[in-house]
Amino acid sequence: MTAHDTRPGSTGGADIPEQVYGGPDDDYTPEQLATLRREDLERLGAKYDGVEVTHVDPGPEPGSPLERRAVRQVGMVLTLAGLLAFAFVVVYVGSGWFLPSWEWAQHPTTWSALYTPLLGLCMGLSLALVGIGLVLFTKKLLPHETAVQDKHDGSHFDRVTIGATLVNTLDRSGLARRKLLIRSFGIMAGGLGLMLIMPLGGLLKNPSRGDPLGTTPWAKGVRLLTAGGVPIRPEDQLPGSMQTVFPQVPNGNTAADAATMLFRLRPEQVAASKPRKGQANFGYGDYVAYSKICTHAGCPVSLYEQQTSRILCPCHQSQFLITEGATPVFGPAVRPLPQLPITVDSEGYFVARSGYIEAVGPTYWNRKRI
Amino acid sequence: MARTAAAPGVPTTRVGKAAYELDDRFIVAGWLRRTMNKVYPDHWSFLLGEIALYSFVVLLLSGTYLTFFFDASMKEVVYNGSYAPLRGVPMSAAYESTLGLSFDVRGGLFVRQLHHWAALLFVASIIAHLMRIFFTGAFRRPRETNWLIGVTLFVLSLLEGFAGYTIPDDLLSGTGLRIFGTVILSIPVVGTWLFFALFNGDYPGQFVVGRLYIAHVLLVPGILLALIGLHLLILIKQKHSQFPGPGRTEHNVVGNRFFPTFAAKSGGLFFLVFGVCAGLGGLVQINPVWLWGPYNPAQVSSASQPDWYIGFLEGSMRLFPAWEINFPGNYAIPAPFWPTVFLPGVMFTLLALYPMLERKLTRDSASHQLLQRPRDVPVRTSAGAMALTFYLVLVISGGNDVIADKFDISLNAMTWAGRIGLILLPPIVYVITYRICLGLEHHDREVLEHGIETGVIRRLPHGEFIEVHQPLGAVDAHGHGELAYGGAPVPKKMNQVGGARRAIRGFFRPVEDPAQVELEQRAEGYGLSAAEDEGRELTTSGRPSEGGRPSEGGRPQEPRD
Repeated sequence: MTAHDTRPGSTGGADIPEQVYGGPDDDYTPEQLATLRREDLERLGAKYDGVEVTHVDPGPEPGSPLERRAVRQVGMVLTLAGLLAFAFVVVYVGSGWFLPSWEWAQHPTTWSALYTPLLGLCMGLSLALVGIGLVLFTKKLLPHETAVQDKHDGSHFDRVTIGATLVNTLDRSGLARRKLLIRSFGIMAGGLGLMLIMPLGGLLKNPSRGDPLGTTPWAKGVRLLTAGGVPIRPEDQLPGSMQTVFPQVPNGNTAADAATMLFRLRPEQVAASKPRKGQANFGYGDYVAYSKICTHAGCPVSLYEQQTSRILCPCHQSQFLITEGATPVFGPAVRPLPQLPITVDSEGYFVARSGYIEAVGPTYWNRKRI
Repeated sequence: MARTAAAPGVPTTRVGKAAYELDDRFIVAGWLRRTMNKVYPDHWSFLLGEIALYSFVVLLLSGTYLTFFFDASMKEVVYNGSYAPLRGVPMSAAYESTLGLSFDVRGGLFVRQLHHWAALLFVASIIAHLMRIFFTGAFRRPRETNWLIGVTLFVLSLLEGFAGYTIPDDLLSGTGLRIFGTVILSIPVVGTWLFFALFNGDYPGQFVVGRLYIAHVLLVPGILLALIGLHLLILIKQKHSQFPGPGRTEHNVVGNRFFPTFAAKSGGLFFLVFGVCAGLGGLVQINPVWLWGPYNPAQVSSASQPDWYIGFLEGSMRLFPAWEINFPGNYAIPAPFWPTVFLPGVMFTLLALYPMLERKLTRDSASHQLLQRPRDVPVRTSAGAMALTFYLVLVISGGNDVIADKFDISLNAMTWAGRIGLILLPPIVYVITYRICLGLEHHDREVLEHGIETGVIRRLPHGEFIEVHQPLGAVDAHGHGELAYGGAPVPKKMNQVGGARRAIRGFFRPVEDPAQVELEQRAEGYGLSAAEDEGRELTTSGRPSEGGRPSEGGRPQEPRD
């Protein structure tokens, strides 16, 4: 196809500026613009954008010591940035090749301990130097200009014309008169909206079915195991000691709410004991067992201060007094830690007499109902 | 182009021709000129929001890298990687892949730590930016929408951060997740349903890490990205606000054009932010998950603190008393509901609605492009300081066990100090801030009326000693300044009004010829050299009656006080 083709749609489509663009192109012909200097053109363009440069503090004089020094500075900073970037590459690639290995070792070499810090140092410094170089360039070499740009409010003309267009469109659509359409549109939008969020229903699970929040793997006759999976006899623990025990069921030691603390009280603690009402026989001899899951936020309460008989939760510092049925004495917890009724089976190992008689862990809206 | 090539002003160089070709296709010349000519105000506090933007970019880059190696699964595996102390330990695949990222991926630990530091910086810069907007009144009409978007971004960034540090499924984050579950469980009526929806059943289940992961890498970042875009679009459309100053009005912006000055400074800031994150990521260890071990519901370590931006919730949870509200019919609102759902709900609602609230109270519904100095709006400034104090007491209380341990203070005393401080400190801070604001306002007026204290004491003929003041402008018959306060900083030191010689540039040795500088000053008629040249006495009060020429001389510097 040549430029001289005369079939429709085949001639070149270059516009003739004056006729098409409007705006500044109506005011300035290419001939006029061609007579202007570059500086004037820039100023003219800025004027069209509502910008006026009111003051220019020129940068350092070309060739002056000030300029040479600034150029040296910026150049040095940027070169250093590049060199450090290369250093990063060398450390990254060379480690384990011509440099010692970066991999973790039981007895770390100096290099494997330095590998990550070196990467950080090289990349951090390199990037920061690029930033510093740019700022130095702006501050020391670029002319400092003060520019003022006008701010305009919304145009009244635009508001009135678009308002008319919108209202006219609405009128033409006749929606204001055709009420049935509006109503059916409402039904359609509501229905569609509901329909589209329906699949989210798949997320819902009934929290009350089977009472999963209120049950633990503990049940009548379930043995107490140590964290290592060993059953416990009454002579295994010293007075004043505590250990975490788990139910002898599959995955009992990772079940979220099964962890229980088994205490052997000292004689004076036994003497001072004031169990909760109806739970006097939940212990066995000088042993008592309480749920480890905090009734405040569900953290495992772990810190046993045996001198004061207190259990402290490290998350929010609730404190429970184990001689008084693990009732909270300080902090945000409200309920005592539930007590696990324990006894000893025919072989002499600790077993639960039943599951917990109340829900372990944090309170919720209908805890007492299910 | 053959036809128009002859037209005047059409480029003849290669680059120029290429540019013409480009504009022929995309018609970008006008847009580019407008963009490059756009004026941005030049004040450091305007860069705080940019820090947030750039740390978000760093987060997107580093986060994408991390997803190449992370496996968001709670399936139990036995660790067999290169970190010997944990070999043979059963753990979730999520934790295992985090260990792999830290020990078996070349440079993986570096990027992981970089990502974590960038997240801390992201939230911190959002809060700093929010404070700048608040204390200078930049949220006023027409910028209320952007304020609301900003508050939404802030809340989302907290969620995003929480989801991010939770998915490695280590012991520390698992403890946090357990508490997060409790917070959801504590919501009246629907709490258990929401809890079961999130965990797909009882805690912890097999789903939560995968769900938090997709929220962390797709859902929340997507919303963040869209809202940041909108935030910036509105900003560009509305143009920047600016501090009052010479030539600055409600109808203009004074500053630098986008290109090259602003672009270079802003680009420099991007590299600095990236550099700081990278430096921290390599040099300063953060969240060494291999030391915490895999999550186990029966284990916890003391000093289990969340990342700092969740600290205020941790603190409120510790301080709130053991108040459970029981309803007839065996229903109860658990104690954690108030400090972790209700309180943040109130805090963020108040924050979001503040512009409307202030508008109602002050009945100021005018459009504002000029910012206010905090001292000029004592009530807002004091209210902000009060809210900040409240927040800080909560944050500090979030680590009260660590403070109690390090400083050997009773833990219970720390809790009580927090409880009492939370109620008593904010009003005290309000009053103090209010007095400081009034004092600063007063001093501005005093300097405008009586001039700058020069520190020069003069003995008058009759024996009276006076301190010589330098008026800032024209004075009336009594020697009182006639300048009104315009909301801009008032110079309070003689150096700020050209009372000193210009500093000669050069660090170790002068790069300018000192004599040349003096000549320059004499020629331009400012500074001490010019004054000495004319034999002008600088120790007068500057009153016209004493030969002062207050309106002349001196190159005013931007006062920074």
